[in-house]
Amino acid sequence: MDLDGLYQEIILDHYRNPHGKGLREPFEAEVHHVNPTCGDEITLRVHLVGDTVADVSYDAEGCSISQASASVLNDLLIGKSVGAAMGLLADFQALMQGRGTIEPDEETLEDGVAFAGVAKFPARIKCALLSWMAWKDATSQAVTLKEDA
Amino acid sequence: MTVSTESASAYDVAKIREDFPVLARRLDGDKPLVYLDSANTSHKPQVVIDAVADHYAMHNANVARAMHQLGAEATAAFEGARDKVARFVGAPSRDEVVFTKNATEALNLVAHVLGSVRGSRQIGASSEIVITEMEHHSNIVPWQLLCERTGARLRWFGITDDGRLDLGALDELVNEHTSVVSLTWVSNALGTVNPLAPIIERAHEVGALVVVDASQAVPQLPVDLGSLGADFVAFTGHKMVGPTGIGVLWGRYDLLAELPPFLGGGEMIATVSMERSTYAAPPSRFEAGTPQIAQAVGLGAAVDYLESMGMKAVAEHERAITAYALERLQEVGGLRIVGPTEAVDRGGAISFELAGVHPHDISQLLDSQGIAVRAGHHCAKPVHARFGVQSTARASFYLYTTTAEVDALVEGLEHTKRFFKV
Repeated sequence: MDLDGLYQEIILDHYRNPHGKGLREPFEAEVHHVNPTCGDEITLRVHLVGDTVADVSYDAEGCSISQASASVLNDLLIGKSVGAAMGLLADFQALMQGRGTIEPDEETLEDGVAFAGVAKFPARIKCALLSWMAWKDATSQAVTLKEDA
Repeated sequence: MTVSTESASAYDVAKIREDFPVLARRLDGDKPLVYLDSANTSHKPQVVIDAVADHYAMHNANVARAMHQLGAEATAAFEGARDKVARFVGAPSRDEVVFTKNATEALNLVAHVLGSVRGSRQIGASSEIVITEMEHHSNIVPWQLLCERTGARLRWFGITDDGRLDLGALDELVNEHTSVVSLTWVSNALGTVNPLAPIIERAHEVGALVVVDASQAVPQLPVDLGSLGADFVAFTGHKMVGPTGIGVLWGRYDLLAELPPFLGGGEMIATVSMERSTYAAPPSRFEAGTPQIAQAVGLGAAVDYLESMGMKAVAEHERAITAYALERLQEVGGLRIVGPTEAVDRGGAISFELAGVHPHDISQLLDSQGIAVRAGHHCAKPVHARFGVQSTARASFYLYTTTAEVDALVEGLEHTKRFFKV
C-alpha cells in the first residue's frame, strides 16, 4: 500500500495550512455539500466578476485529503475564467477517476498533481472531489443567476 | 495490567480463532489481519459458512408451500432456525420471532405498523414518541417518518458528559402522551449499556410500548426476552457470527396478534379474494414473500455456535478485552475516548479521537498495517454532535479478539502519530 503516494508532503502541508479558508463576502452562490458515508462537509461560496472566478471561500471539516483538496482548489481556480476553471475541474476529475493510470500535467494542475496517488484508493476519491463538486454546484448557480439577471 | 483472557481455562481465544477462516488472512504487505470492526459486522465461523452452503447444495427449495421432500427439508430447516433463535434469546414463544432482512427492517416494521393501528393504540397529533440522542440512524429515522405521517411529537433522552443516558427527566419525558419509547440497549457509538429496567417500568406505567434495539446486545450478552419486559426487540444476524440479510423482530405475541400487516404478498395471508384478504397469524403475517431461507439456516448455525461457547463466557471475554483496550488506549497521548472510559455497563465499541489526525486518516494509516477499524459517524450523527465532534474512529471487539490485537492497535496509533508528526 503506497501510503506515501497518498499522503504526499504537499497534501499534508495544505492540510496543516489551508489556503483561503473562511467564508467571505461578497458571493453570488453558497452551497453545503456532505459526504454522507463519512460525514465530511463543506460550505462553499463563489463570487464571480464578469466571467472571472473572483473568490472561492469555504468552511470545511474533514480528513486531510478533503481539506487539502479545498485548499488546492482555492489556489487553482481564483482568477481563472469560469470556462478555464471548469476545464481544470474536468482535468482533476479525470485524474481522480483514472485509477492511477493518468500522468497529471503539473503546468495546469500545479499542487493538484499531488492527488494522483489518491486515485489508487477508491474510498478516498470522494474526499478529494468533495470541494470540487461543491464549487461546480455553486458556480453553476452563480452563472444561472447572472444569466437570469 | 495483563488480562488473562487467552489463558482462561474454558475460553480459548486461539482455538476459537481457528473456527474463522478469514482471521488467518494476510493483507497487503503480508500483514496479518487485525479485525477491530465487529460492531460493524462480525466474521463467520466455518460452521455457519458450511450450513449456508449445505442448504443451497443439498436442501434448496421454497418453504411452507413446496409439498415435496426438498420443500419439507427446507421448511424444517427454516422453522428449526426460528426455534433456535427463540430459545437463544429466551422468547416465550417461537411464534414471536419474525424474520426480517436486518435490524433496520425490524425497526421500520414496528414503526410502520404502529402507525397504522386504529383504536386505543392509535398514534396521532397528541401522541409522543421518545427515543434517545445515542440512537443509530435506524432507530431515529423510522420514528421521524412515523411522526411525519401521524403528527406525533418526537422527543428524546439526552446524554450526560460521561456518555450515559440522562434519566433525570424520565418522568416528564415519558408521560401519559407517550405512545412508544424506543431505545438502544448497547450504543454502537459510545459503547454504553443502557439501564432498560427503569425506563420500561416507567413506560408501562403510562401505557407506552417499549421497543429495544438490541443489535449490539444480542451478540454480546446473555439475553432473556421473557424477563426483559420490553414489547418489541430488534436485532440482526450478521453481527452475531451469522449471515447478512437476516434480522429478527421479536414482539409480545398478544401485541403482534393485534397489529396490522407490514408488507403484503404471499405467505402472509389467510385467504385472498379480489375484493379483500385476511391475514395469517404471527409470525407469518409479517413475513410476506419468499423469506431469507438460507440466511435463517445460517443464523440457526450461528446461534448453535454461540450457545456452544456460552453467552456468559462471550460476555466475560468482551468485558475483559474492553477493559484492557480502555486502559491501553488511554496510554496514547492525545487520544480522547468518546463514551464511558471504564468497563462498567459498557459494550466493546470504543470510539475515539486523536488530536491532529482526522479519523479517516487514522483508519487509512491503520489499514495500511492490516488493522481494520471504522471511521466516520457510525450512522449515529446526533451523538457525535452531542460531543461536538464530526466523526470518530472506532475499534470494536468480539469473541475472537485478542489482547495482542489491542496491542497492535495501540502500536498502530503511535505509528499514525509519527506519520502525521503529531
